[in-house]
Amino acid sequence: MTFEKTILAVLTTSSTVEIESTHLFKFKSSSEMDDFAANLEAILDGIAHKLNEEVYIIVRH
Amino acid sequence: MSINYTNAVIFGLIIGTTARLYMMRTDYRQYPTYLHGKIVHVALGFIAAGLGSIFIPALLQKNYTAITFLTLAASQFREVRNMERNTMTELDSFELVPRGKTYIEGIAVAFESRNYLVILTSLVSTGVFLYGNWPFTVTAVLLMFAICKYLMSGKKLKDLADIEFVQPIFVGNGLHVGTIYIMNIGHPARQKEILDVGMGFILTPKNFNYRNSLANLGQRQAILHDTATSLGIHRDSGTPSLTPLIKRDLKDGKIGIFLLPQLRDIQKAIEVIGGVPVLENAIKIPSERDTKENNQ
Repeated sequence: MTFEKTILAVLTTSSTVEIESTHLFKFKSSSEMDDFAANLEAILDGIAHKLNEEVYIIVRH
Repeated sequence: MSINYTNAVIFGLIIGTTARLYMMRTDYRQYPTYLHGKIVHVALGFIAAGLGSIFIPALLQKNYTAITFLTLAASQFREVRNMERNTMTELDSFELVPRGKTYIEGIAVAFESRNYLVILTSLVSTGVFLYGNWPFTVTAVLLMFAICKYLMSGKKLKDLADIEFVQPIFVGNGLHVGTIYIMNIGHPARQKEILDVGMGFILTPKNFNYRNSLANLGQRQAILHDTATSLGIHRDSGTPSLTPLIKRDLKDGKIGIFLLPQLRDIQKAIEVIGGVPVLENAIKIPSERDTKENNQ
């Protein structure tokens, strides 16, 4: 099954972001989050979009 | 059928098949595929030439049943369009930058129509062979080839728009070509890669009619496919961030092309974009609308 135009994962360094509808990954540092985003991009075949300095969403188009 | 008819039919057959060969060019698009794809179309062209060249002798013999069957046989060429459409649609999913449905439909229609042109060429050739002298026959055949060439050629993108190079930039995480927003790329490593490899072009439509043609999503996909074919493409499966895209400026109808070519030659890229065919199905002419109707 493929999910298109849906948020496959959310990555954040913010402690205030809470999401239940998809996978949420929390990080302590931006560099750790960047590495994770690059890996998830390749694994999920999606694009890492940055909404602000603290939040990435991985979306397959 | 007398011996004269046989010569005329053979003449029409040869001219028709030659016309099909003349109209079939495997260029940068590599379609029809070398060599087997070509054989299919040459064979169909030969059949079309046969149908066209038999028409007038059958008419002269008052063989109306034969003419009816010829008309039925000619309708089979509609299948050519379906055949081309199905093949190309199947193959399109394996392209790094797909052709898109509008482009495929355009190519399929061209293949079908070229068989009808072959029928017409053979019909005319047989007719002039029977009734004309040699100079007249040669002139008529050359005229038919000229008509075929004229009907084959369409407009190119450079006729519709001025093309200008601009280096893509990031405003925050938004990739822009000029002032046109393309997409959000979050990862810093991807942003750097895109700035290293990417090229941007702005297409300014030359008049209001052309705005609509450039806005057509199928036309835009055709531009991306043709440039990727000619200039190479810096992407692979599993790298969705590296996707060439075209977006539109809603205010003035300009389009911003973002490319990821392997050959970074600005002049060549402008030539390639300018040489992209304007798809028949993308052409809209709003200025042809009756202005009286608008005034009511």
